[in-house]
Amino acid sequence: MNVPPSDLLAALAGGLLIGVATAFMMIFSGRIAGVSGIVGGLIPPRPRDMDWRLAFLFGLVGGGALLRVFYPEAFPEALTAPTATLVAAGLLVGYGARLGNGCTSGHGVCGIGRMSRRSLVATAVFLSTGMLTVFVHRHLLGAAS
Amino acid sequence: MNHRGVAFITGLIFALGLGISGMTQPTKVRDFLDISGAWDPSLAFVMGGAVTVYLLVFHLIVPRLERPVVGERFGIPSRRDLDRPLLLGSALFGVGWGLGGLCPGPALTSALSGLVPILIFLAAMVGGMALHSLKTRLMPIKRD
Repeated sequence: MNVPPSDLLAALAGGLLIGVATAFMMIFSGRIAGVSGIVGGLIPPRPRDMDWRLAFLFGLVGGGALLRVFYPEAFPEALTAPTATLVAAGLLVGYGARLGNGCTSGHGVCGIGRMSRRSLVATAVFLSTGMLTVFVHRHLLGAAS
Repeated sequence: MNHRGVAFITGLIFALGLGISGMTQPTKVRDFLDISGAWDPSLAFVMGGAVTVYLLVFHLIVPRLERPVVGERFGIPSRRDLDRPLLLGSALFGVGWGLGGLCPGPALTSALSGLVPILIFLAAMVGGMALHSLKTRLMPIKRD
């Protein structure tokens, strides 16, 4: 382990902000701030509940644009993953999050914060398969990054 | 304030949190998941910070409110069963997360970062979600 303390402090600060954002949505709208659930509800779009989902998406993407301008270090200079890996990863993340009813935000933050049994198990499962995947990918198959 | 405004502000703060925390760095995320290499514990701090805030708000503030500020009622999932879709979906999600070091929030936050690989990931992610919508439309879910 070779991580500067400033990284851990930034991680904690960012985490607190994520907590504020998700708690804000619960207090103000009574909704779970799960990214895959909110965005997945746009595929296909339904006129009845499209507006707030799109607003969330604009906030997320717009926040990313602000980061690019004021804090470009948030993003890597380049990503070297092969296209096939990116496609496989994207398909699995999109399909898996919808099938499992949530992702890192919905299960990992809101669900664990509610102490939901389903979310605790879901988070344990995706952390385990994520760790197993990185182990196989990096150490057995020799992926570069 | 309405639901649209709440959602926009949530998304905005969420993105800033993700960017500051290091979650928009796929290699850092993979370093966290790599317990046999040079493990990077940062992501545990991200989740710890986020969960702590949510836990306190959910258990101390939400019960004291009759209804959300702009909504009619709190929409809180009540299911407790551990069914196959939950387990299989989460397992697949974890494999994809490990492969790319990206999950939906950070990927969308990085949409305008200028990194083309992110757009490939996002296109595939939307495809995966669409595939799931298509499947549930063709084969409606059976609850047992």
